[in-house]
Amino acid sequence: MDFVQFPEMSRGDLRSMRQAIDGGFREFTREYGPTLEAIFEPLKDLLVFIENLLITSPWILVLAVLAGLVHLIGRRFKITLGTALALLAIGYFGMWEDTMRTIAMVAVCTLVAIAVGIPVGVLMARSDRLRAVVTPVLDLMQTMPSFVYLIPVVMIFGLGKVPGVIAVVIYAIPPMIRLTDLGIRQVRPDLLEAADSFGASNWQKLTDVQMPLALPTIMAGVNQTIMMSLAMVVVASMIGVRGLGQPVLQAINNQYFTLGVMNGLAIVAIAIIFDRATQAYGKRLQKHTEAIHG
Amino acid sequence: MVESRLQSRGEGSDIEIRNLYKIFGPNAAAHVDAVRNGLGKDELNAAHGHVLGLNDINLTIPSGRITVVMGLSGSGKSTLIRHINRLIDPTAGEILYEGQDIARMSQAQLLEFRRSKTAMVFQKFALMPHRTVMQNVGYGLGIRGVAEARRNEIARHWISRVGLDGFEDRYPNQLSGGMQQRVGLARALANDAEILLMDEAFSALDPLIRMEMQGILLDLQQELHKTIVFITHDLDEALRLGDKVAILRDGQLIQQGTGESIVLRPRDGYIADFVREVSRGKVIHVGTIMRRGAPVDTPVALPRTATLDEAARALTNADINRANVVDDTGRHLGVVTLAKIVAEMIAPDDSEPLEDDAVAA
Ligand SMILES: Nc1ncnc2c1ncn2[C@@H]1O[C@H](COP(=O)(O)OP(=O)(O)OP(=O)(O)O)[C@@H](O)[C@H]1O
Ligand SMILES: [Mg+2]
Repeated sequence: MDFVQFPEMSRGDLRSMRQAIDGGFREFTREYGPTLEAIFEPLKDLLVFIENLLITSPWILVLAVLAGLVHLIGRRFKITLGTALALLAIGYFGMWEDTMRTIAMVAVCTLVAIAVGIPVGVLMARSDRLRAVVTPVLDLMQTMPSFVYLIPVVMIFGLGKVPGVIAVVIYAIPPMIRLTDLGIRQVRPDLLEAADSFGASNWQKLTDVQMPLALPTIMAGVNQTIMMSLAMVVVASMIGVRGLGQPVLQAINNQYFTLGVMNGLAIVAIAIIFDRATQAYGKRLQKHTEAIHG
Repeated sequence: MVESRLQSRGEGSDIEIRNLYKIFGPNAAAHVDAVRNGLGKDELNAAHGHVLGLNDINLTIPSGRITVVMGLSGSGKSTLIRHINRLIDPTAGEILYEGQDIARMSQAQLLEFRRSKTAMVFQKFALMPHRTVMQNVGYGLGIRGVAEARRNEIARHWISRVGLDGFEDRYPNQLSGGMQQRVGLARALANDAEILLMDEAFSALDPLIRMEMQGILLDLQQELHKTIVFITHDLDEALRLGDKVAILRDGQLIQQGTGESIVLRPRDGYIADFVREVSRGKVIHVGTIMRRGAPVDTPVALPRTATLDEAARALTNADINRANVVDDTGRHLGVVTLAKIVAEMIAPDDSEPLEDDAVAA
């Protein structure tokens, strides 16, 4: 035996192993694909509904509502004004519809990430054992090249919106889960002891003490999830998600420099808006939890 | 003879702690018997890596009184007080209240017990930073499901009682330490629980504020008659507040009684160190050191509650060396001599036995 050539598996064995796994997965897809699709149908309906609402309503109304929302969340005049200007520029350069699709997509993905991520994070904060199981899975989700898990998703759901949402959520949910876990674990133990001393149940401790105090950290998770969803939009366009990602993909294939830059900048603009608004919200939440003197 | 501060006052139930052991460690129960048979804190830690928190505690906490638990850092004070609302589970022993063993309550009973019978005040306040003063004070009531309007009404009353009118809508981080602990006190009182547990509640405050808070507590206790367990490592605080004082060392109760009795006859060197700085003349009363017997011929009659300082001054002013001791109604109780007074002022004096049951064990 020499150590120059690695004693690898024979090609035939490798091929049959791959075929067996792929075959098994194809079976699974054929068997459960339709059921899974049916389960995710409401998600698709929600996405289509938001998309249509944003695209078919008068642009001036949409712009006002979006700017208003940003103002409600951020309460900072500069951010609100920036939002309005950015949206006007986006519309002027002909990217209104794609931008609305992307906003709808990011909104739905973020909602799903919150709805799944917070409960998982809460459970993780309660059990070190669950944490030991979930943490490596999250590491895997964050480091695995996204193209790889696009394959099974597409095999089950085909091309379209739902696989897009699933792919984006897989990519963007880890910070949501991690920061929920962190936020809850960071709650001062003496406050939990005080809650215990007044006879609080576990649920009362969660809703009255842990969640409110973890909220600034959880908001940081929401912020990161939004940013990562936006970043994933371009990749997701490869499996048929419409929006700002598609023109970028087109631009790459055809070497349309300007088209690429314009749509790229639109993504950046939305990212900045979301980021500043959620961060300002997070800061506002923290106002009273900082620096207790005594 | 007179009402003893060691006896319960009012209707409530005493808290009876019986043969309580607490061992910290993964295999605590296995070591209880060894500890019962005399294994000490250091040996337990060295041989088995377990920490002996409490060692055979027997203590009656009279209802309607302030019981102060004293001891150095690490002596087990916090561990002991947390057994009363079972924030810490005992390894062995019982804690009886209203005929029920708190150690054996189910989870549901325990939550109910904590909601209705106990309230706690913490050294570092432990106020919820995201809640206003009003919301903090109403916290315990919220846990019990009291509706918001009623909750705020009660909270406002207690906020006013601790002197924080006008601060209802502030957040804890906008208040000084003393004010924060008033909120902590109001939060505990708002619960209207019989048992008030205070773990070094005033230790984080500076001396003047601390005296002020002690005053507030004593004023409130005058009318509320709660069963208060107060932890401190400050002897002056213990003597000022405590109807009963219990001293812990290495998880063992080594002396209990009135503050005066402990100052009068510290049981060992550890306690003597504690009480060394106290001015005995200001704490000990003539009633405690007098000798019973027929009235002697002297113009001076001292009330039994006169301190040794006062008694010595009265006798030296009159230039006599004996006085009769009388009760509030003027009835004769016994006799003291100037020599005995001075001896007791300087150090514990065992030359003649005390007639009184002052030195309760
Ligand atoms: N959870 C725990 N695990 C292990 N040992 C503990 C634990 N809690 C307390 N101890 C130990 O039990 C002993 C008593 O601790 P406790 O906190 O009751 O002391 P204390 O009298 O309140 O001290 P302090 O004045 O510092 O608050 C100490 O030796 C401490 O190290
Ligand atoms: Mg302590």
